[in-house]
Amino acid sequence: MAEGSVVPLQAVTRPVSGRSLWADARTRLVRNRAALTGLIWLALMAIACIVGPELTGHRYDRIYTEYTRIPPSLEAYPTPDQLAAQAERIGSRLRAKPEGIDVTGDTLRATYVGARPIDERSLAFFERSDMFGPAKVVEKAEEGRRLTVEVPIERRHFLFGTDTNGRDLLTRTLFAGRISLSIGLLATFVAIVIGVLYGATSGYLGGRIDLVMMRFVDVLYSLPFIFFVIMLVVFFGRNFVLMFIAVGAVEWLDMARIVRGQTLSIKRQEYVQAAEALGVDTRGILRRHVIPNTLGPVVVYMTLLVPKVILLESFLSFLGLGVQEPMTSWGVLISEGARNIQGAAYMLIFPSIFLVSTLFALNFVGDGLRDALDPKDR
Amino acid sequence: MLSFILRRFISAVPTLFLIVTMAFFLIRVAPGGPFDLEQPLEAKVMENLQRIYKLDRPLIEQYGLYLFSLLRGDFGPSFYFRDFTIGELFARGLPVSMTLGSLALTLAVLVGGTLGTVAAFRQNSWADYVVTGFGTMGLTIPNFVVAPIVQIVFGLMLAWFPVGGWNDGAPRAIVLPVIVLALPQIAVVARMIRASMIEALRSNHIRTLRSLGLPTSVIVRHALRAASLPVVSYLGPAAAALLTGSVVVETIFALPGVGRYFVEGALNRDYTLVMGTVVMVAVFIMVFNLLVDILYALIDPRVRYE
Repeated sequence: MAEGSVVPLQAVTRPVSGRSLWADARTRLVRNRAALTGLIWLALMAIACIVGPELTGHRYDRIYTEYTRIPPSLEAYPTPDQLAAQAERIGSRLRAKPEGIDVTGDTLRATYVGARPIDERSLAFFERSDMFGPAKVVEKAEEGRRLTVEVPIERRHFLFGTDTNGRDLLTRTLFAGRISLSIGLLATFVAIVIGVLYGATSGYLGGRIDLVMMRFVDVLYSLPFIFFVIMLVVFFGRNFVLMFIAVGAVEWLDMARIVRGQTLSIKRQEYVQAAEALGVDTRGILRRHVIPNTLGPVVVYMTLLVPKVILLESFLSFLGLGVQEPMTSWGVLISEGARNIQGAAYMLIFPSIFLVSTLFALNFVGDGLRDALDPKDR
Repeated sequence: MLSFILRRFISAVPTLFLIVTMAFFLIRVAPGGPFDLEQPLEAKVMENLQRIYKLDRPLIEQYGLYLFSLLRGDFGPSFYFRDFTIGELFARGLPVSMTLGSLALTLAVLVGGTLGTVAAFRQNSWADYVVTGFGTMGLTIPNFVVAPIVQIVFGLMLAWFPVGGWNDGAPRAIVLPVIVLALPQIAVVARMIRASMIEALRSNHIRTLRSLGLPTSVIVRHALRAASLPVVSYLGPAAAALLTGSVVVETIFALPGVGRYFVEGALNRDYTLVMGTVVMVAVFIMVFNLLVDILYALIDPRVRYE
């Protein structure tokens, strides 16, 4: 009705739009610098994790056997030293010695001298190595005992270095972010759906049903949480989607309590009583009036639950119960990094920076939302 | 008050019973058993083992047997740690976990409380930003990241403390694990105290104290009393969790506590061990919730239990 369709138009040049609670909250959220930074950071992180693994030029599960535990650098690999060593190593496979290794641009030219004629088929060793493309024979002398070959060099960048198996850490970190973030969102979604429905029903019906439903929540609260999660992992095996639906199914308890408390106050409001008087059925009232009005605290709790679930997943992965290789998540990478902290500290540092900054951003957004939606704090 | 405590104890019995029942049947429905090893045992051996541990009886009978032995305070023998009863395992592990947990808790309350109070008194100053920043960090950096870093820095580079091990509770050995355990709790306590302290400082009775020109120490004492209520209710479950051990800290620092029994028990289908840990944690949670309620009444004279 804000358009004022019955009001003569000369008074209103532009349609006056009322400020709804949500619009108000949005302006307040945008004005909060920490929360806005957090939001932008999250968006960037999400884009990087979704698109990034395709752009790095490596597959997340591609193993470069010659590049294990390479420290992060902007330089392209292989280095001249590595090239010489590799040419030497391939030479021993060819039963020949390389002479005059010469690197110009992206090609390596070397002359192999053997005691017996060199089998050209074993030049395939070049291609099998991660450093070279297919080799080409340029010159043949002394009945095949002297072979000059030209091999294209495959330059690769490992900005974050590689792990102990020789996989690109940048790709893996971004790919892990994909998994961690989707786990966070998935489990949180499940937790919220269960929690909101359970809490709203319990609070709205009240009386003995409420008592029984909340008693059940109390009992679940007293069960050791880790035991519960591990039991679910045991049941569902290590299937990661099922498992995080299960984690969500454990995390709904707080949500149910919060929503129940909200519902208790909402159900005494006039509009709910009006709806009851008009004969709207319980499901309709819950869906139309109760649940939408509990969403404020739910949204806040959600932004705080996502980091909690991501941490929980990291914790499970740390115990070896989480995501399985070659899939990976930030938790897996971090626990791997913690094992290699001596000598390869970057393996801990990069995934930790990604995880911690994301959690930071989520916390800032959550705090900002709480302030923005708090009607007392204007 | 006494009758309130008594009533709480009585009402805890059905809750505990429900928890035991749920946990018992949950772990039994899980696929696999305690004696399913990589290489299957001979059928006859398996049969004998099952008979000794009474696993061949009907499930409902086993449940009854377990309940009865539980009533006598007997948690039964462990299936995985052969030659140990669950009682013996806890008798060795619990003191370790409880020492670490109680020290971490004390540290968290003292340091977190001080930081939170300072931040609240100097709201929006640099001290406040440092404390809130630290609070967010403590909440977001997982302890399995902190623990190896602490080990490297203080254990290997500076060589101030041993990297791991219990060493019969030597003070030097437990410094690092206690700090790692306490850090997230310090962060939470500082955040909560700061938030509730700011609110308390705005309340009427504190404004009166300030207008009377009383020294800061008096104001802090009065404000803390009002501000500590939410922290107390948070610390109840947190204390229960801390005292019953942390899997991560005990694994990384190689400490013989009870925290790792959760994981080992469930993964190896050590039925009695799982049940033992469930009962232990549930009892801790209930006791600490009761303590929280009693503390509430002591701190806030408006709270009364009829």
